[in-house]
Amino acid sequence: MKKDYKFNQYYKSLNVFSIALILLSLIFLIFKGLNYGVDFKGGTLIEIRVETEKPDIEVLRSSFNKMNLGKISIKNFGSDNDFVVKFKRDELNDPEFIENLQRNLSQELTQDFSFRRVENVGPKVSSELLKAGVTAICLSLMAMLIYIWIRFEWQFSVGAIAALFHDVIITLGIFSALSLEINLSIVAAVLTIVGYSMNDTVVIYDRVRENLKKYSDIKIFDLTNLSINETLSRTIITSSTTLLALLSIFLFGGEILKGFSLAMILGVILGTYSSIFIANPLLVFFKVSQKTVLKEDN
Amino acid sequence: MVMVSSSNFLDLDLDKQKKIKLGLDLQGGSYLLLELDNEPVIKQKLQSKLLEIKDYFKKNKIKILSLKLDDKLIKLKVSKDDVEKISEIFSDKESTINPYYFQYKAHQLDVKINGDVFNFELSKYGIILIKNASLDQAIEIVRKRVDEVGTNEPNILKRGNDRILLELPGLDNPDRIKSLLGKTADLAFRLESKSSNESFGTEKLKLIETGEELLLSKRVIISGDNLVDASPRMDSLNNQTVVSFTLDRVGSKRFAQATKRNIGTRLAIVLDGEIISAPVIRDVIAGGSGQISGGFTFQSATDLALLLRSGALPAPLNIIEERTVGPDLGQDSINAGILSLIIGFLLVIGFMTLKYRIFGIIANFTLIINLILLISILTLLEATLTLPGIAGIILTVGMAVDANVLIFERIKEETSKEKNNLIAFDNGYSKSKITILDANITTIIAAIILFIFGSGPVKGFSITLCVGILTTLFSVFFIARLLTSIYVKINKNKEIIIK
Repeated sequence: MKKDYKFNQYYKSLNVFSIALILLSLIFLIFKGLNYGVDFKGGTLIEIRVETEKPDIEVLRSSFNKMNLGKISIKNFGSDNDFVVKFKRDELNDPEFIENLQRNLSQELTQDFSFRRVENVGPKVSSELLKAGVTAICLSLMAMLIYIWIRFEWQFSVGAIAALFHDVIITLGIFSALSLEINLSIVAAVLTIVGYSMNDTVVIYDRVRENLKKYSDIKIFDLTNLSINETLSRTIITSSTTLLALLSIFLFGGEILKGFSLAMILGVILGTYSSIFIANPLLVFFKVSQKTVLKEDN
Repeated sequence: MVMVSSSNFLDLDLDKQKKIKLGLDLQGGSYLLLELDNEPVIKQKLQSKLLEIKDYFKKNKIKILSLKLDDKLIKLKVSKDDVEKISEIFSDKESTINPYYFQYKAHQLDVKINGDVFNFELSKYGIILIKNASLDQAIEIVRKRVDEVGTNEPNILKRGNDRILLELPGLDNPDRIKSLLGKTADLAFRLESKSSNESFGTEKLKLIETGEELLLSKRVIISGDNLVDASPRMDSLNNQTVVSFTLDRVGSKRFAQATKRNIGTRLAIVLDGEIISAPVIRDVIAGGSGQISGGFTFQSATDLALLLRSGALPAPLNIIEERTVGPDLGQDSINAGILSLIIGFLLVIGFMTLKYRIFGIIANFTLIINLILLISILTLLEATLTLPGIAGIILTVGMAVDANVLIFERIKEETSKEKNNLIAFDNGYSKSKITILDANITTIIAAIILFIFGSGPVKGFSITLCVGILTTLFSVFFIARLLTSIYVKINKNKEIIIK
């Protein structure tokens, strides 16, 4: 059963589509920005469980509003009974702050409640975490570039990195467009996407290089198509099993892992797409030929 | 290996065996990051340096025209003839006044000469050494205070040269620890000044209970350092809670002398810049012990005694990050993590069986071995398992079949060209090896970078991801290869079809 889909026919139109998506993502990232969580913005996060059936979020909101905490945000978190309250607070030294908050809240609310999680991140730490996150992502992109450079020819490394940027920018763009929270675990997700997308690209590139050595008469345009087809089952199966695992985390892994697994799901889909439709057209663009790979070997 | 990993599930009570530690996000607990505010320590160091320089010059008979501390700069003016000599003294590697640190190749003070004025500033390493010393001291005190509260297995770690990381498993309300760590507990016994107007040697401080202001002499009679013990006690005379203390020998002697000379004067007990109480001295206190009253509740007296016993922090500690997870959320996270692991695992196994039949079963068996290996190694490393760490295991399950798939697909291609099954299989393995390594190294690079830059739970993710890739490679190249070769040998002469 030989597969022969004409992926290369869609190179151009899908590249236009990708560029449009990247531009759109950049517009979102620049004008709307990212919705940073307390990890990166600093402030206080409290996860509250209210022990009644269908507690009213408005009651909770008005109780918190009475406490002069400044601008608060309150959202349902997973189940009907769980809420996450976030507000800004720079001074973390008051040891009685949470206790007082709990006391005030118990006067306001008639229902039983408990604080399931409290996170306080000072401004200094949050800016450090943000810096570390950005550094980690940049460094991983650079490391990939160098690795691919060592293993392949420069045309390949540019193609692979372009695919990576594509995946990372669009994933972040979607997070910006949907106002999804960016926290430490999203950085972990982005780094894993970088690794995964690279993995996918490398498998196809390996085949392209092998085919380049084997066939001197096939033009790169068709050769990439052949290579994609030859590795297609693997691409589909690996993406499927990875997506199945991620879907399981997304659906059953609890609210805390939701953002992480969503980012990963987006990343795996984008990574699979980009290793076919971004990484390969670039080889065509650079007019990679048998000479390119043979030169390297000597 | 199976034994090691099973120790996580069986024999949970045997603490001799190694177990995966659960992160705070899974077992519940508090994580606090404290930062030492070293400004006062550095100021104090410069003050004492100033005095040191003064003494040194006096001893060496060099004339000082003026000497003062200007923010963080010591300014010294001397006569023009002495400039060269002094500059030599300060740049001498054997110098006692400006010590040279051979390990850093730097002096304690940076010296700038401007005509006949010397500007001394603490050098980068001078500051680092001060910070390290005060951090070491602070960690000791933090440990004492945390131990006194009696939390279970606290983890106290140095971070950089001015931070302390405190992990308190099982603690779902860190408020008491926070309030204990928030106090410097700098205790001083000082006399009320005899004159009524403020001068250089006096300072006005507030009495906490009444708000009354007292003018105190700056001279410290005894400080917290002189205390050998402190404990809360019920005063039977007036039914008040007090803190009784015992002084060391030096402290007792000084206390006796001071009380003897100042009968009728008020003795202020100052803690962190506020007066707790200021009783009038009625008699000589010679026994080296006494008590502090100050309208304490039993709790506040207990806390004060604890603080006094543990000693004063060299500088104030600020809480700059705090994360607390309640035990029920931790348990919920464990349940959700395990549920999604089982479901993800079943989905992948089902998919592979449907897709590859007999080879799917080989891949699945390899996957199970892989998981056992992964958990064993995490156990042997005594790694901390976090919620993202569990996600890393699930992700490993999803990505681990990749290597097997690469090989199977390759073999499929080879069997269409090569009639001999054994050769086709061998080619399949050897030709896909490089691709598999290439593809996995990229993920390992990402995981290592995450390990270096990540913090807390995210670190746990990078560890499981990294170990997961290694066990995947091992299980694919050893276990799966063995199984496929057995299968191929048995069916040597039949046509083998990989779907």
